[in-house]
Amino acid sequence: MTELLDALGLTQSVALLSLQPPGWGANLLRGLANSLRIAAGAFAFGLAIGLAGACGKLYGGVILRDLLAVYTTVIRAVPELVLILILYYVGTDLLNQAAAALGYGRVELSGVAAGIWVLGIVQGAYATEVLRGAIQAVPPGQLEAARAFGMPPLTVLRRVTVPAMLGHAMPGLANLWLIATKDTALLAIVGFSELTLETQQAAASTRAYFTFFLAAGALYLLVTLLSGVVFARMERWARRGQPPVGGSA
Amino acid sequence: MSIPLWRALLMPHRLAIAAVFAGLAFWCAVSLRWDWIPDYAPLAVEGLWRTLWLLGASVVLGFLLAVPIGLAQAVGPWFLAWPARIFCTVIRGTPLLLQIWFLYYGLGSLFPTIPWIRGSELWPYLRQAWPYALLALTLSFAGYEGEVMRGAFRNVARGQLEAARAFGMPRLTIFRRVWLPQAVRNVLPTLGGETVLQLKATPLVATITMVEIYAVSSRVRSDTFIVYEPLLLLALIYLGIAGVIVAIFGRIERQVPARGG
Amino acid sequence: MNRTIALAVAAVIAATPLAAQDAVRIGIAAEPYPPFASRDASGTWAGWEVDVIEAVCAAAELTCEVTPTAWDGIIPSLTGGQIDAIMASMSITEERMQTIDFTDAYYRTPAVIVADASMDIEPTPDSLAGKILGVQASTTHQSYANEYFADAEIRVYQTQDAANQDLVAGRLDAIQADSIAMSDFVGSDAGACCEIKGAVADDPAILGRGVGAGVRKGDDALREALNAGIARILEDGTHAEITERYFDTSIYAE
Repeated sequence: MTELLDALGLTQSVALLSLQPPGWGANLLRGLANSLRIAAGAFAFGLAIGLAGACGKLYGGVILRDLLAVYTTVIRAVPELVLILILYYVGTDLLNQAAAALGYGRVELSGVAAGIWVLGIVQGAYATEVLRGAIQAVPPGQLEAARAFGMPPLTVLRRVTVPAMLGHAMPGLANLWLIATKDTALLAIVGFSELTLETQQAAASTRAYFTFFLAAGALYLLVTLLSGVVFARMERWARRGQPPVGGSA
Repeated sequence: MSIPLWRALLMPHRLAIAAVFAGLAFWCAVSLRWDWIPDYAPLAVEGLWRTLWLLGASVVLGFLLAVPIGLAQAVGPWFLAWPARIFCTVIRGTPLLLQIWFLYYGLGSLFPTIPWIRGSELWPYLRQAWPYALLALTLSFAGYEGEVMRGAFRNVARGQLEAARAFGMPRLTIFRRVWLPQAVRNVLPTLGGETVLQLKATPLVATITMVEIYAVSSRVRSDTFIVYEPLLLLALIYLGIAGVIVAIFGRIERQVPARGG
Repeated sequence: MNRTIALAVAAVIAATPLAAQDAVRIGIAAEPYPPFASRDASGTWAGWEVDVIEAVCAAAELTCEVTPTAWDGIIPSLTGGQIDAIMASMSITEERMQTIDFTDAYYRTPAVIVADASMDIEPTPDSLAGKILGVQASTTHQSYANEYFADAEIRVYQTQDAANQDLVAGRLDAIQADSIAMSDFVGSDAGACCEIKGAVADDPAILGRGVGAGVRKGDDALREALNAGIARILEDGTHAEITERYFDTSIYAE
């Protein structure tokens, strides 16, 4: 093993990536854990916004529909980097105002929470469109049947609409999750210590740019590939009992 | 859908919303600081030009690269299909920011170890930031669009290709006259959206010293400590460019005859 | 509407830990800036300025929490309330004082030009005309270069380290930066190619009156407390002691 590494000239890279200091491996993994926490939080927050937004777009009044259209259009046309900067500063301001209005003092937003807030708002716009499409794909007869049985609207949503549309929404949601994991890299520019910033710090401190960028790339790729497997299983689960879909590209 | 646009815009609630937004815009114009604009206008125009130029070049070059990548994945032999597949997976599976830094700083860290490179004719280009920015954005677009083109090539009806072959068309002619045009038409509706996504990726090149429109706004922020105003104006500019892109692609799509059946 | 959103966010993030309420959050740049502040492999921040922060806080009897923040947005982070003070080698300039307040200076160093040892470059506008000059974004060096070296092609980097890296790679002809950070750099293996070509002509209006801690406008209590801390460590020799650990010479010139 050692000889093979020597032959490939990789001994130094392995030492740099070791999990014990002076290796920087543990830092990269810590960054990855932060990235995944932010991505998971933003994805969940985005889903909540998306579900509310999709329902608003489908069943809401004219004003709500137009406002949601403005939200999704603006978010999807402006670069994430610009949105992150705007939302990062505005978000903290808003939170402090809300806290003041409720009689609390200054609230201090942790880096992870700020990241979740910022990326969640961005994810929400895309999730709104994904979920709207999925809800529209649910056969209307199913909803009418539920309503005919006198189910209250929220129960219809929980028991019929959401389970029935999940299968349709899965590919779009899988895509959104991957966008969320990759967008966390942008937070490096605002100074959050996630995987990309940890990589930059490690690379700058050791001058081993190639080693660390490749290692970080491999970690991101691993997340992508594993997510693909997980989401494929989830889609099979969500589609259980539904007729198979034909003509998938 | 049959209501004309101006009637749709004149619905009472839309007028109310428009009034609210106009009020907001007015408030922004009056109570925020905009006195820095004249000082930075020339720089901003230059930056805007760089953004557009980078966007256009990377979309065109990326698309040209996406055609063979899509083709290799759709019908190529394994030794072409596999590299194309891996390329798309890597590009789509890692953050663009990391790719840009890898190309710029990663390659840059090799330069001191290759002394002759400073004497080579490529050196004046390798010293600048834009070749790396263009390369990274082109590869990224090719990676995403290559995946789309794979589906597009596969979705061209078999019968058409068989018919062309039956007429004795040479293989290259079939590709040029039948297969490629139909595949391109298949992806046309998604191309506008992909171009907007590419626009949203351009500000990342500011991190490797390219002075495009985002970098100009950062410069305003660092020179004057005005935070919100340059960012708001920047968001508005991107919104405008995205609108123009959508309109252009909508126009192209309307001019291409619709698919029969 | 805004409040509802804010409350929803507050609910979402309620699960994530918020920082302690009473600690003073001292913002340092999240990007490595050796020898003043950089991170080692075990994840802890170390350097001259980190030690000084600790000493000042101890002397001022404050509980401090070092909070890494992106340098490029560090002033908005201060005014926006994400941090309470900036101690990130930030020079006290008129321009910045329109937005934030500063404590007294805790170090003073000149700005220098660094270039490849084989290059014949002097720290003058004539010599730098037509050359590619790298500076870090949002620094006094950027403002100075824009003012005095307008005939050079100025490239702006997010971090000092990226500029150093590009000088080594040969993409830059020269960089302008702080003398201490640069003597550390040219003394390292990575910076062996290059040497300090001399200090630029001083312009206190742009380069400032030394490095101080930035606080929000009107936050006089914190400013006074930090001033007392800085005065104390200068007086009792702690400042000199920390400096000796890192440098050969004093970096507090009257």
